[in-house]
Amino acid sequence: MGLDFSIIPKYLDVVLLGAAWTMGITVASAILSFFGGIVFAVVALYAPWIIRQPFRLIEWVFMGTPLLLQLFLIYFGLVQIGIDLPAFIAGIIGLGLHFAVYNSELIQTAILAVDKGQMEAARTLGLSRGEALRKVVIPQAVRAVIPPIGNNMIALLKDSALVSVIGVSELTLSAQRVIGKTYRPFEFYILAAAFYYVINLCMEWVQRKIERRIAISR
Amino acid sequence: MDFELMLKVYPFFLEAAWTTILLSVLTAILGLTCGTLGAAARLSRFAALRFLGAAYVSLFRGTPALIQLFILYFGGPQIGIQLDAFEAGVIGLGINAGAYMTETIRGGVISIDRGQREAARTLGLSSWQATYKIILPQAARLMVRPLGVNLNMLIKATALVAAISVIELTYTAQRYIGSTYKPFEMFLLAGVLYMIIIYVVGRGVAWLDRKVQIN
Repeated sequence: MGLDFSIIPKYLDVVLLGAAWTMGITVASAILSFFGGIVFAVVALYAPWIIRQPFRLIEWVFMGTPLLLQLFLIYFGLVQIGIDLPAFIAGIIGLGLHFAVYNSELIQTAILAVDKGQMEAARTLGLSRGEALRKVVIPQAVRAVIPPIGNNMIALLKDSALVSVIGVSELTLSAQRVIGKTYRPFEFYILAAAFYYVINLCMEWVQRKIERRIAISR
Repeated sequence: MDFELMLKVYPFFLEAAWTTILLSVLTAILGLTCGTLGAAARLSRFAALRFLGAAYVSLFRGTPALIQLFILYFGGPQIGIQLDAFEAGVIGLGINAGAYMTETIRGGVISIDRGQREAARTLGLSSWQATYKIILPQAARLMVRPLGVNLNMLIKATALVAAISVIELTYTAQRYIGSTYKPFEMFLLAGVLYMIIIYVVGRGVAWLDRKVQIN
């Protein structure tokens, strides 16, 4: 069986819809991973020992096992404890938590790198510890980690392909469905790869823009 | 927690862990080979090779590894490449890991001071000799830790071949979750084995890193 790319236009709409889902899932998980990362980082640095330890265990497990395995755990595990979520929600939670852990590592380093004087000055001016963190320290830390977090978000886009395995109809699974009808795996996986590549290039472009803006305002 | 069940199925997980280890080793070897060639191309004096190296890195890092595996395994037969799932897994993951390693190796090489090459050339070494006797031994030292990070990612990425039905750890966990409806127990079995593999490899990398440092 040779190659025949002329079949693509007929199924382009299915694949495009899948690409839209991929972007939606990526954005939703990116937001979750960003705020989750801040929460994890604050817990890791400031929470009392008894709260910190379970978080550290979660972090350790999430960094030491494959994302695909984590997705199976979350998807089937939630069902087992009686929470029957749609696959795409489970996928977003899985991707979001996985990358929250990686973002947390970056944010922790950045929080520690913010000058101690900032916290002291904020406390002297009458802000509580929580307020000082929220209004003074974290905004500065977050600004410093935007470029490396951007790399994590590009990795997240690519890893979003994994949620196809738990049945989320995003780009990869859409391509698979079309292949099921047409028996043309090469053509449609290449098409899916091309979509991922274009989204990836767009994200890199946005990342460069943001980095430049941060560099100027410094 | 159903410990009785875990005791009953853990031999299958152990067996699957060996497949994961074998996959990781073969993928790492292929990845290092592709990474070295890729870095040589990216640092080449010829523009065409530099372009090829850059295209390799950009395309393979810019698309999901899962899709690359699918193209190779399911699409391969259309262009005359027939591989079984394990072979496709090793080749697909190895070429993918090679793209990441290209950047690591290149980073190590370009961080060596230019003066080192110039001095070597002045002392009469050929360009080739300067690279192999002066630059690479110094660069290799800097690469151990970042290549260790690549290796860690690679081990976790071997889980992807579960999607093309290679019977490794993740596939085994998935199969037993499906047949026993005990996701936590199965995750625990597979997860602990992954963490042991990653821990041991991490210690090995740290040991090697200490060993190659001058001080």
